[in-house]
Amino acid sequence: MGGCGAAIIPGMTDRPLKVLIAKPGLDGHDRGAKVLARGLRDEGFEVVYTGLRQTPEMIVTAALQEDVDVVGLSILSGAHMTLLPRICSLLHERGMDDVLVAAGGIIPDEDVPALKEAGVAAIFGPGTTIAQVADFLRANARPRE
Amino acid sequence: MPTPARGSSTTPGAPDAEALCDAALAGDRRALARLLTAVENRTPLAEMALRRLYPLAGRAQLVGVTGPPGAGKSTLVAALIAELRRAGRPVAVVAVDPSSPITGGAVLGDRVRMQAYAADDGVFIRSMASRGHSGGLSAATTAAAAVFDAVGFDIVLIETVGTGQSEVEVAAAADTTVVVEAPEMGDEVQAIKAGLLEVADVIVVNKGDRPGAHRTAGQLHAMLADAPRDARPGRPSPKRPEVLVTTAATGEGVAELLAAIDRHRSTVRGSDGETSRLKRAEAQVWAVLVDRLHARVRALEGAEEVPAAGLSAAIPSPRVSAAGGLLRSVASHEIDPYAAADAILARLVGDAPGSREARK
Repeated sequence: MGGCGAAIIPGMTDRPLKVLIAKPGLDGHDRGAKVLARGLRDEGFEVVYTGLRQTPEMIVTAALQEDVDVVGLSILSGAHMTLLPRICSLLHERGMDDVLVAAGGIIPDEDVPALKEAGVAAIFGPGTTIAQVADFLRANARPRE
Repeated sequence: MPTPARGSSTTPGAPDAEALCDAALAGDRRALARLLTAVENRTPLAEMALRRLYPLAGRAQLVGVTGPPGAGKSTLVAALIAELRRAGRPVAVVAVDPSSPITGGAVLGDRVRMQAYAADDGVFIRSMASRGHSGGLSAATTAAAAVFDAVGFDIVLIETVGTGQSEVEVAAAADTTVVVEAPEMGDEVQAIKAGLLEVADVIVVNKGDRPGAHRTAGQLHAMLADAPRDARPGRPSPKRPEVLVTTAATGEGVAELLAAIDRHRSTVRGSDGETSRLKRAEAQVWAVLVDRLHARVRALEGAEEVPAAGLSAAIPSPRVSAAGGLLRSVASHEIDPYAAADAILARLVGDAPGSREARK
C-alpha cells in the first residue's frame, strides 16, 4: 500500500532507506560523519553509525547484518585508495552488489575516476550540503524488496 | 500488510520466502539479514517466512536489556557478547533505538559499542528503529527474535530504547529481563515505585566504579529482593530480582551477570515460564490482529460511503478517508470519535460491538 495517500494509522508509512555511516581506517575525525548521520536522520533516513577505526571487514559485515541500502564512508586520512576499493571488493564477494557505496571527506580530484571504477558511486567533498547527499541517495539507492 | 515503498513484489529475482528460509537455516547470513528486513517491513514475504519458522523457534533464551538512556545498556550488551564468546556460545542481538516522531528518521548508534565483534561469525547484531512504536521496542522486535531463535541462536539479547519508568513491553517479549540502572539514580522510594523495576528478573547497577554504585545496589536489594512479602493465593507474586553491580566498560561483574541470566533460564524452563510464554503469545497474536485490522481499515480508504449504522441520521454519508469526511467530521466536532470508529467497524464486520452496547 506504499504510495497510497495519507496514512490514517501512524507507523504504517513507507519504509525509510537504511544507511550505514562508517569511518574506515585510522583517522580520528568523526565530526563530519556524525553531522551527516544526524542530517540524514532529519531527512528521514535510518542511519546506522558504527564509529571510528573500522576495518573493511567490520564495515562490510555490519552492512550485511544490517541489510543496508547504502554504505557511506567518511575518510580524511589519505588511505582512501587502499581502503575504499577493498570495501567495494568485499561487498562484491559477499553478493552485495545492490548496495550503493558513497564516500566523503578529503579525496583529491585525481583519485575520483579510479574510485568510481572500483565501485564508489559518488564522492562528496567539502562544501557538499546534506540535502545534496540525501537527494543523491534517494535517487540512486537501488530498489530492493 | 503494507508493501515496501520501493521495489515491488514482482521484482525479477526477488527471493521467495521458502528459499530465503532454507538459506538462512543453512547458515547463510545474508539470507538471514534479508529475512530480518522483510520482518521489519512486515511484508507478505515476512508473513510466509514466519509461518515456516515459528514452529522451529521456542528454544532460545530471549534476554531483554532495558533501562534509562546512558545507563550503559549497549556497553553491557557488548560485555555480555564478550563473555558469551569466551564460552564459545553464539549470540544474536536486536538493538532498538528511537525513530524521529517528526521525520521518521533514526540514528541507530548501539552498534558503536559492539563493533569489536563485527567480524566474528558467532555474533549477529541487528539495529532496528522503533518506527513509532512505543514501549521501548519496535513492532517487529519479537518476530525478529523468533527468526534468530529459529535459525539456531541459543541466546538473543534484546536491547530496548532508553526507557523511563514504565516502558515494560520488553518483559513480555523476553524470557529474562535485565534492568540496567546507573548509580545515584534515586533513593529507596524510587526503588519501590511501580513499573520498570517490577518486571526485572535481574537488576544491574552499572558504572560500578562510580561513587554510590554499591549504595544504590544496596537500596535496590533491600527494597526489591529482601523485603518481606506475604504470599497471597490467587495473586501474582512479585518478582525477587537479583541485584548486581557491573562495570561494563572493564568487564567487571559481567561473568556474574551472565551466571545470573543462566540461573534465571533454568527457572523459566519450568512452570514459572509458562505465564511469560502465554503473555508473549498474547502480545504476538494481538499485534497481528491489530495489523490486520489496520490493513482492512486502510482498504476502506476511498470507499464511497459508510452506512449510517452508529451515526445520527443528521450526518450525511461521511467517507472513511484520511483527507475526506469522516475524520474531518470528528476534527470539527460534528460527530464524536466513538461514532466514527463504530461506523468503520460496521463497515468491516457488520455491526459494531461498541454501538450495540451503547444502544442497550
